[in-house]
Order: sequence, then C-alpha cells, then structure tokens
Amino acid sequence: MGRKGGTILYLDGVSVSFDGFRAINNLSLVLDRGEMRAIIGPNGAGKTTMMDIVTGKTRPDAGEVFFDGSVDLTRHDEADIATMGIGRKFQKPTVFEGHTVEDNLVLSLKGPRSIFPALFHRRSAEENRRIDEILAVTRLETKRSDMAASLSHGQKQWLEIGMLLAQDPKLLLVDEPVAGMTDAETAETARLLKDIARTHSVIVVEHDMHFVRELGVKVTCLHEGSVLSEGSLDHVSSDPRVIEVYLGR
Amino acid sequence: MITGRFFASGADRRVLATILVLLAAAVLVPVLNLAVPQTSMFHVPTFMVALVGKYLCYAMLALALDLVWGYCGILSLGHGAFFALGGYAMGMYLMRQIGDRGVYGNPILPDFMVFLNWKELPWFWYGFDQFWFAALMVVLVPGALAFAFGWFAFRSRVTGVYLSIITQALTYALLLAFFRNDMGFGGNNGLTDFKDILGFNVQAGSTRSALFAASAVALALAVYVTWRIVGSKFGKLMISVRDAESRTRFLGWRPENIKLFAFTVSAVMAGIAGALFVPQVGIINPGEFDPSNSIEVVVWTAVGGRGTIVGPIIGALLVNTGKSYFTGALPDLWLFALGGLFVCVTLFLPRGVLGLWDQLRERSERRRTEADAPPPGDAPAIVRATPPAQAEPRGLGAATPEPQPAE
Ligand SMILES: Nc1ncnc2c1ncn2[C@@H]1O[C@H](COP(=O)(O)OP(=O)(O)O)[C@@H](O)[C@H]1O
Ligand SMILES: [Mg+2]
Repeated sequence: MGRKGGTILYLDGVSVSFDGFRAINNLSLVLDRGEMRAIIGPNGAGKTTMMDIVTGKTRPDAGEVFFDGSVDLTRHDEADIATMGIGRKFQKPTVFEGHTVEDNLVLSLKGPRSIFPALFHRRSAEENRRIDEILAVTRLETKRSDMAASLSHGQKQWLEIGMLLAQDPKLLLVDEPVAGMTDAETAETARLLKDIARTHSVIVVEHDMHFVRELGVKVTCLHEGSVLSEGSLDHVSSDPRVIEVYLGR
Repeated sequence: MITGRFFASGADRRVLATILVLLAAAVLVPVLNLAVPQTSMFHVPTFMVALVGKYLCYAMLALALDLVWGYCGILSLGHGAFFALGGYAMGMYLMRQIGDRGVYGNPILPDFMVFLNWKELPWFWYGFDQFWFAALMVVLVPGALAFAFGWFAFRSRVTGVYLSIITQALTYALLLAFFRNDMGFGGNNGLTDFKDILGFNVQAGSTRSALFAASAVALALAVYVTWRIVGSKFGKLMISVRDAESRTRFLGWRPENIKLFAFTVSAVMAGIAGALFVPQVGIINPGEFDPSNSIEVVVWTAVGGRGTIVGPIIGALLVNTGKSYFTGALPDLWLFALGGLFVCVTLFLPRGVLGLWDQLRERSERRRTEADAPPPGDAPAIVRATPPAQAEPRGLGAATPEPQPAE
C-alpha cells in the first residue's frame, strides 16, 4: 500500500489489448492528491483509453488501478466510479442536447442517484446557489434556459466542464478541452482549469502546446500505450524521443 | 407551483385540456347514451360508446409505449403482450363470473376446460373469481414480466434494434404459448361468452357506458401520471438516457434502472388498458399477442407524435378511426395504408401530427407578428411565447418532447 498512500490515482503495469492490438502497454502513472497533470502524446497513444480504464468503461487485461490510495477501480463500473468521485469530460463534447443548460447542471449535481429521489425531487436553495455559481464560473449565465443543442462548440465544452464541477468529484479527467476553441476561449479555459485545480486533482489531455504551457504543470508524454517521458514541459519537450515521435512532425 | 406550470407552457396546457376533455366525456357520453332519447340528435348510440371506449384503451396503450419509446428511447415492439396479459387477467375473472350458466353448466370450470375433460381448476385460476384479485393480477402480471425482462435486458446493455427484436420475440413466444390448449387459457378460442362484470350484465347499455367512463377516467389518470413523471427530474433523466446514455452513466446514474422503472410502469399501464378493453369487446384470444398488433401501436404513436403526451392519444384515435373505415370499405388495402402511413410519417412528419400542428401554428403566428409589426418594446414577449425547440422540425433521433418550463 505504501506507495499508493498519498495518491489520488495510481496505475501500475496496466495493459489492454483490442483484438490483439496493445492500446495500453504496461502503463504506470501516479497522480498525487491535489495535483494537476497534463498528458500529451500523438493520436492513438492511448490517452483516451487510459481514461476509459480509470472510469470503468474498459477493463484492463493486466495491472493495478487504484483511486484515492485504496479503491480498486477495476472492480467497479462506470456509475460506481462516478459516484465515488471521478468526473470525466469526453474528447467529443457530450452534453444533453435536448435539455436546457440549467437542466444539464441539475442532472449532474452531486446527490442521490436512485429512482425515487429523482421522481420526487424538489430543487433546494442550496442547489440553486450551486447552479448559479457554476453558470457564473463557466460564463453561461445568459444561456441558462437555452437548449444545450444551441450552444457553440466552445460553450458545450464549458458546459461539460460545468457538469463536472456540479458533480464535485475528487478527480477530474478532462479530455482535449480546448479542441475547436478560439485563442481567447483557450486562454479562458486554462484560467478555469487552473482555478479548478486549486481544490481538485485534475488530469488534462491536450495537444495544444500553448495551452499546456499556460497550465504550467508536470507533463506526461504517452506513446504507444506507455509513458515516453515525464517532467516539466521544458524537460519533456526537449526529450529527443518526444521530439522524434510527437513534436518533430 | 403546479397551477403556475399550467399556464407556463403550451404543452402543459394541452395536457390539462386533454385530462378535462376525458373527464367530461366520462360524464357526458353515458348521459347522452342513457338519458337522452334515441330520437334526439344528441343521443349517442351504444355501438358508438363501445367503439370509442375501445379506442380509449388503445390510446392508453399508445401512451404507455410513448413513455418508454418517446421519452426513454426504448422501441418496444412487444407492448401488445402487456396489454394482452392484462386482458387475460380480466378475461379469467369474467370467465369465472359465468358460473353454471355455461353450455356445460359446470359451476367452477369454464366451458373449455370441461370440453378438454379437465377435472379440476388449475391452480393459476384460483382467486380469479374475486374481482380484487383479478385487478391485482392485471397490474402485477404485466409489471412482473416487464420487470424480469427489463432486469436482464437492460443490465446486459441490450439496446436499439436488438432490444426491439427481443421484445418482438417475447410477444411472439407468448402468442405461441397461449395458442396451446394445455396452457389452460382457452387455446385458440381464448376467453369469451362473458356474462357479468361485478354483477352487471356486460352486454347492457348501462354497463357499456360505465366501462366507457372507466376507460376515459383511467386514460385521464394515465395522462396525469405520465405528465408528472415526464416533468420530474426522473423524466429529464429518461430523456438523457434516450439522447446520451453513456453520458448519463458517467454522471453516476444507472440507465438500466431508469429504463427498468419506465418499462415497468409502462407495462402496468398497458395491462390496465388491456383489462378495460376485454369486457368492452367481449373476447380475449391469443391474436392479441400477434407481433403485428404491437407494431400497430408503434404506428399510432409515431403518427400522433412521440415524445409528447397528447400525441399518441390523438394518433391512436386517428389511426383506429381510419382502420374502422378502411376495414369496412376496402379491407384488402388496410395493411398497405398502414405501412404507407408509417413511411410517410417517418419521412415527412418526424414529430407526428402534433408536431405538424405546432409548426403550422408557429408559422401563422410568425406571419401575424410580422404583419402587425409590433412596437419594439413588445417584441420580447412575443418571442417568448414561441418555444424555441418547436421552431424547426427535427430528425427522428433528435425528436424532443415539449420544452419544459424552468421550475
Ligand atoms: N474500443 C476500442 N476498440 C478497438 N480499438 C480501440 C478501442 N479504443 C481505442 N482503440 C485503439 O486504441 C488506440 C488508442 O486510442 P486512444 O486512446 O483513443 O488514443 P488517443 O486518445 O491517445 O488519441 C487507437 O489505435 C485506437 O484505435
Ligand atoms: Mg483521444
């Protein structure tokens, strides 16, 4: 247990294959409590698959995956893992398009997740306060009653981050949050994530190097399903292997 | 505030109006049938009462399907099975009410059992001489079957076409089973020749009126329950599961439980509809399990407008009226007409008749506001009066229910 003690996420020797293709290959990755980590790597490096494993969508063929030092995530499913406190933003923004922005947040708010409380649910003042707060943080106040389908791509990304905040997870997995955003939106998102990271553990997958620099955190570069290089952004981006497989092209 | 919501949205107003119309019909139709003399132009003939009463049961079945299909994305092609099971439970009660008035005069055994040379009543017929027991079974049997079926199907994450196919297989399996004489449900002929219900002659005009009233009230109740479910946080979850199941899962909800609850409630509703149907038509036989029946229910719902509460009711009434006309005038063409209707609705009216109506109204309203050229200060109020989600027709997959007001 020793090494897992202070970690929020602990992956050791994790492998997973799809039809014989090793998407994750003996991956080890440790995230300390309260840490924010940026993960970079070429397309197909296994970044999204790593998140699938952590959130219970994909079962690893081998290896250990522990949350919060002691919870074996391979023994739980998606809904369990989400309620334990791991929130996820998908690579392709996924919000409930047929609901208003506000309802998207209502359904995400931390609270009981069973049928009858949902049937007889009445919004509390506390919930209203949280929703106002999240709408303010994600700059969606004016969109409150709009259908999520009508949001711009960047706004959907923010709404999904807002939904993560509503869940109030201990660990946030954020997959390519600035894809398709303007420079101004990207800078705004970096600010938002840094703010979130002050009170949460966060893993951010991103290709945008300016954005990663903006975050100013430890960087892990994945390649062919395992860690190629790890350290400060300057250290990683000067690593010849990283330059060869990723940055050089 | 519930009263506040009635005025907040057109959809809610429509639901309220439907409930009121149904309750009014429950009172008025029996009066016009029983108390108004036959010579009066306001008299409603008894065959009409029975026919519309039957349609109301179909409407309730369509509403039940809409709860799972329109709101939760589960396209059940076997909802007729729950309807038929509710019908059989009621039929068993009606059989036992016949007592010794059957052809063979056996006080306990229904005629078909005597005919098969059975000596005693099978255990699963016990209790059906009591109305309360039969009523309980009307709810429990479809509910339990839906629960068991949903438990396995939703847990193993069977979705889409595969789920539709197994629901169809379910009703087909029941069709074959109920055809068998040794199952003890009257085989091919089913259950018929009913005499009394709760001591009243099922053929009597007053009983028919009462059954009509019961159907109208039951449908009104079903509309109310559906409306409350759909308007709750749970209802929003159903829509979430329909539109983005895995997103719902990663928020910590269990889509399988959400679907299971909706499916079970829906099956119970369908069972009650079947139970009200049987005394009005006077027979229940395995034909009710026919897969094509369940597919017809899908057509009614699609025609009316799925994902709306009032739509399926309108669809069931419209299509069945058309069917009554067609099977009288051009019996061979009915199936073609039904198939053509479904294709047309799918292609041109993804939100059904109700969606078309909203679209037309919206267009005329827009034209009016343009013609009136309102002073700028008034503009926002007019914009707010037209719900944004109804502005454009959407594809089938994106069909959304009426937008709910913020609570
Ligand atoms: N469910 C799956 N079935 C088959 N192959 C998959 C599956 N998920 C991911 N892969 C493969 O695994 C590799 C890693 O994918 P992914 O994790 O999405 O990469 P990244 O997010 O780093 O771009 C890719 O080659 C992808 O095709
Ligand atoms: Mg990816």
